[in-house]
Amino acid sequence: MAKKRSEEIIIELKDVHKHYPMGEVLVKAVDGVSIQIKKGEFVAIMGPSGSGKSTCMNLVGSLDVPTKGKIFLDGEDISLLSESDLAQIRGKKIGFIFQSFNLIPNLTAKENVALPMVFQGIDEIEREVKATNLLSLVELEDRMTHYPNELSGGQRQRVAIARSLANDPEVILADEPTGNLDTKTGEIVMNFLKKLNQEEGRTIILVTHDPDLAQEHANIVYWLRDGKIEKITKRNSVWHEVPFKKKKGEK
Amino acid sequence: MIEDYFKLSFKNLKKRGLRSWLTLLGIFIGVVAVVSLISLGEALKFSVASQFGIGNVEVISVRAGGVNSFGPPGSSVATPLGEKELFEIKSLSSVKRAIGQYIKPGKIEYNKKTIFGYFSSVPPGEDRKFLYEQLDGGLAAGRFLDESDSRKVILGYNFYVDKIGFDKPVYPGRNVLINDQSFEVIGILEKKGSFIYDNVVYMNEEDFKNLFNVKDDIAVIQVQPVDRNEMEKTKEDIEKALRKIRNVKEGNEDFEVSTPEASLSTLNSVLSGVQIFIVIVASISIFIGALGIVNTMTASVLERRRDIGVMKSVGARNSQVFLQFFIEASLLGLIGGLFGALFGTLLGVIGTASINAFLGSDISPNINFSLIFLSLAGSFLVGGISGIAPAMRAAKQNPVDALRS
Repeated sequence: MAKKRSEEIIIELKDVHKHYPMGEVLVKAVDGVSIQIKKGEFVAIMGPSGSGKSTCMNLVGSLDVPTKGKIFLDGEDISLLSESDLAQIRGKKIGFIFQSFNLIPNLTAKENVALPMVFQGIDEIEREVKATNLLSLVELEDRMTHYPNELSGGQRQRVAIARSLANDPEVILADEPTGNLDTKTGEIVMNFLKKLNQEEGRTIILVTHDPDLAQEHANIVYWLRDGKIEKITKRNSVWHEVPFKKKKGEK
Repeated sequence: MIEDYFKLSFKNLKKRGLRSWLTLLGIFIGVVAVVSLISLGEALKFSVASQFGIGNVEVISVRAGGVNSFGPPGSSVATPLGEKELFEIKSLSSVKRAIGQYIKPGKIEYNKKTIFGYFSSVPPGEDRKFLYEQLDGGLAAGRFLDESDSRKVILGYNFYVDKIGFDKPVYPGRNVLINDQSFEVIGILEKKGSFIYDNVVYMNEEDFKNLFNVKDDIAVIQVQPVDRNEMEKTKEDIEKALRKIRNVKEGNEDFEVSTPEASLSTLNSVLSGVQIFIVIVASISIFIGALGIVNTMTASVLERRRDIGVMKSVGARNSQVFLQFFIEASLLGLIGGLFGALFGTLLGVIGTASINAFLGSDISPNINFSLIFLSLAGSFLVGGISGIAPAMRAAKQNPVDALRS
């Protein structure tokens, strides 16, 4: 069993590396990142394209495992778990929201929301009730039987938000959730995420390349560049940079 | 909960393109072939056996001409069977009874319509009982021919229900013209479901000989052995006696002695051969169908990589992704088999009805439910086996790569 760590911290990345070969080059997608995220925080991982933020999200979301370092989720070391155990963690503790919505086209909005519950063996009646409630929460009660191609981008993303909540996860990972939406729709989606954070106390990790979006909604922003943390900024009354321990040789 | 995977699979299958369904043709054709032709084969076996009167297992038939003769029994035969042969057979110790039956084609007229049919003689004396026993049943109307009946006939059942082409049924008491001579119909045989019995006109041997001007041209000698368990021995006795009086050597016989078992076994072996051939064709077809499923499922895995990534990101374990694709492949097979079984059964029913219409027989379609069940189970299994490799491929997808595709 993994060793229990601080109750406050829900996610901890400890000197995490993700290196992989691409042809003859070794890509250092994530190169020694250490992050601590507390329960109920709204965190943004910021960075330009290729900075390693999506890889970071995959590692935090247990979609991928690090080549070096440790990742703790709710006190449990998940960096060495099997694919089956990682799937269990994804199903129970993490909800994903993707830039391109990633809804299953053959399933209705309600079926998409209920899908994570199928894999957890929840019975059909309970799934029905919960999916209906979640779609009501994102104000899509009149779109339950619609297929993704019958919904607008904003509606699809709201279905994705509802799906991310299906198994009542503690952490919601949102990877560029407004990337494919216009400003107004993007705002609606972000407000839903904010509501989940403020009213339900869920931990939200927002991955974005948009500094305004990050600073508007998050309380802490991790700025990534070339697979490393460049700076950490925190909002109290105003945004200020938080000092952190850099590795030897880093500027 | 396995039923959830079935529901998800049905949803996915419903959205499949024509290409996926076309790959099922192999399984469809295979199952159609197996179900329809095996059902029909059973019907054929039954039909042919009854048509050629191989129902009575106690009677040995003797015909002139041997195995190389063609045409109706006894016709166009160089050395026909005669009273001499009949007498010789009757006198064998292993023979209980023997009758000679004359059979000739002829013209029959009724309701101003003329058709051509077959006429058979009814032997005189006690022998007529043996023939009636072989007809195995009673009369639909009227009575049998007596010794004293002259210019009277009994008809097969098809005359009675107008399946013969007169546009009017023939009842006892009516007269028909046979080769331009008037005969009174006194009886109608019960339905036999065989054109031999249901279309034939029977008359007393004396009338027959006068009408067709024959003397010694017996079409078939029907023999009942003393001991029904000694069929082969009786057959050998008959062959030996006939070789002697017809002065032919063994191997050069100009006659044929056949036991019902031999006829049935020849018939069965021919039909079994046909069935084996069909099963081989069906197996090849199903094998091709299985390859089709492998192909379409592999394509499906590649097309739905992102969906697989989504499934994994929302908590699906490898085994659950495998199960999803495995069930989908099995259902593909099952659907192919289901349509095949339905269409095959339909073909079997239509084929049986066609045989009935063509031969005037009355065979019920042989819908073999255990065969249908086996075909469906087999199709499901073939689908599943074909889906194993693609389903494993789906299960092994890396979620990050799958989501990125």
